[in-house]
Amino acid sequence: MKLKLPRILLMVCAIALLGATSTGCKKKQSDADIKAAVETALKAEPMSTVTMVDVKDGVATLSGECKDDMCKASCEKTAAAVKGVKSVVNNLTVVAPPPPPVIAADDPLTSAVNDALKAFSGVSATVKDGIISVTGKIAKADRQKLMMALQALKPKKVDVAGLTNN
Amino acid sequence: MVLQDKYKEIIDAATAAGTQDLLVREQDGVLYIDGSANGTTKQQLWDLYEKIDPDYASGDLVMNINSVSGVQEGAKLKITTNSSNLNIRKGPGTTHEIIGKAARHEIVSLVRKENDQWWVIKTDDGEEGYSYTQYLTPVEG
Repeated sequence: MKLKLPRILLMVCAIALLGATSTGCKKKQSDADIKAAVETALKAEPMSTVTMVDVKDGVATLSGECKDDMCKASCEKTAAAVKGVKSVVNNLTVVAPPPPPVIAADDPLTSAVNDALKAFSGVSATVKDGIISVTGKIAKADRQKLMMALQALKPKKVDVAGLTNN
Repeated sequence: MVLQDKYKEIIDAATAAGTQDLLVREQDGVLYIDGSANGTTKQQLWDLYEKIDPDYASGDLVMNINSVSGVQEGAKLKITTNSSNLNIRKGPGTTHEIIGKAARHEIVSLVRKENDQWWVIKTDDGEEGYSYTQYLTPVEG
């Protein structure tokens, strides 16, 4: 009897200890585990770009750049859904979109196109609403030079459907 | 985004080559790629363009890689016409009167840049006027 009691006590203690640690693990993940989980979740997010995650006491802080507000909101939602995340601090910044392309007005574009075409006999072009439509015949080797010259004039588009190879 | 995928090779190569002021954006079904790079990079990007879109038939990319943006006033330029002399004109445009000529492979100097297409150049003989930049190649070094 003297020996049995401590043994039972020891077993009870051991079970209690095991139970405590295992449930403890389930309830409280380490911040590093949560960070890794959030990072994995964000990687699956197609819109996220340069996001950094920091987790402290279950609070996930997101920083970095997102391409738009939708991406920012969606990253926050993704992070918040990760197990163990208590709350999300969204410090993501939305990058300014690049300025829209500058399209030349038709008049200066037309004269610039005429200047450029001087070097390419047999090629002519018209300009309308910023679109250069090229017609005629050209040596295949000269086509690239022609395109370099025309696309540098800030057109909306260069249409070469009417241009055939010599 | 579809066009950025189609021309991804160009965008990646431009980025890898350190193209300055690189801008890539899409509008109304056309992708616009702008930037400044040296002549070698420009040629490389255009060769990729031709590979992806033979004969440039799709009309869904406008690429403007400026290889002469870094050229300073006073820089030496070589006349790189195909065979003929290069006209020197009174103003920036082929409607302006021809006031001089520079021989093929002659070296001239840059006086001023009017725009991307027309520069004011000066020959060793003192002739000064506007010439078309396409036939002016900066002399390295």
